[in-house]
Amino acid sequence: MIELNDVHKSFGKVEVLKGITASVEKGEVVCIIGPSGSGKSTILRCINGLESYDRGEISVEGLKVDRDAPSIVNIRTQVSMVFQRFNLFPHRTVLENVMEGPLFVKKEPRAQVLERGRALLAQVGLAEKADAHPPQLSGGQQQRVAIARALAMQPKAILFDEPTSALDPELVGDVLGVMRKLADDGMTMVVVTHEMGFARDVADRVLFIDGGVIVEQGPAKSLLNQPQHARTQDFLRRVLHPL
Amino acid sequence: MKGFWRDAVEFFPILLNGVALTIVVTVGSLLLSTVLGLVWAMMRVSGIRALSMLSASLINVIRGIPIIVLLFYLYFVMPDLGVTLSALQAAILGLGIAYSAYQAENFRAGIEAIDKGQIEAAQSIGMGWWLTMRRVVLPQAVRIVLPPYGNVMIMMLKDSSQASTITVAELALQGKLIASSTFKNTSVFTLVALMYLTMSIPLILLVRHFEKRAGKR
Repeated sequence: MIELNDVHKSFGKVEVLKGITASVEKGEVVCIIGPSGSGKSTILRCINGLESYDRGEISVEGLKVDRDAPSIVNIRTQVSMVFQRFNLFPHRTVLENVMEGPLFVKKEPRAQVLERGRALLAQVGLAEKADAHPPQLSGGQQQRVAIARALAMQPKAILFDEPTSALDPELVGDVLGVMRKLADDGMTMVVVTHEMGFARDVADRVLFIDGGVIVEQGPAKSLLNQPQHARTQDFLRRVLHPL
Repeated sequence: MKGFWRDAVEFFPILLNGVALTIVVTVGSLLLSTVLGLVWAMMRVSGIRALSMLSASLINVIRGIPIIVLLFYLYFVMPDLGVTLSALQAAILGLGIAYSAYQAENFRAGIEAIDKGQIEAAQSIGMGWWLTMRRVVLPQAVRIVLPPYGNVMIMMLKDSSQASTITVAELALQGKLIASSTFKNTSVFTLVALMYLTMSIPLILLVRHFEKRAGKR
């Protein structure tokens, strides 16, 4: 469904992606792990067209991702994104945040969008917060609204960019719970995360990225339990046993 | 003091005519400067290099010309080019153009103060440039822009007196005419100053209200 073929990306003179080739199948959950600055988030941002890439090709359901082409709107309505810092619209209510895309981008009928918006808020456990504004919610609640906003577009895939990194530890579980439910329901997901437990339990596959290249990839359990590459072993040892 | 009150009663109705024109000039040029300022600001942040440069150049040219010269140009030079404007039209146009440069910079600062994450979130759900501006950026920028916008309103109210130089009989010119025919400079100009102050005070309170509201967020 999502194909990356020899993707290169530089910021100035720094090459952050050095030939990424990977694919994500429909219904698959792929976690991308790796140290900070390795290029994990850049991959997601390139898939969604928030960043351009210099060489190679990215396609979503056969449609080439080109952030300057009109087709990018089509791709973005099919592949939603959830951000580390939630990025909810603070001047709109929770329900309006969820309705914004379907109503103004997809131009769906208001009654239909309203019904779906309320159902999605119920799905993420926030039905009673529909009329609140984002700053009135906790980080975990805001991230769940952001997930509902992404789902409201009825996407074929969702990209999660470190969705729990900005949360208090005790709020992480609620967000991961919602994500696990989505995975169980068959949503295609690409998740940049440091939550190794989530990756092990929920992901079908894990990519370990370092220095802009995929160092190792494979089924989640085998890669996380028996990493083959020395760099992956070192990374996982530091993450899982920091002391 | 007794003389001042007698003069005030006598001159107040004439000065009130001037107040009406002052308000017309201020409101007219405020509206024009807001629309033009928004256009310049949108061009600046459009991401299209040619539009951005054109807007920057326009703003610099406008900022570099004194308001009074702009008024003279519109009122005295334009007829030579075949465009004749009434004094009131020239005043509104001149002040509107002059202030559009400051409004544009104010609007641009407000737009650029919005977190990039907001724009990315809008883009990620498929919003294009204009929809992102209309639904996400501008509604948030308004709250940032309002306090300085209020200050511009006060400055415009006072600068509307420059219209007197091209014969618009607004408050300052009415005062000058009365003073020159009665020689009661103290009474007349004290009255004129008090009338400007009376019009400014609600605007000053409005700015304070905007600042408080902006500070709460």
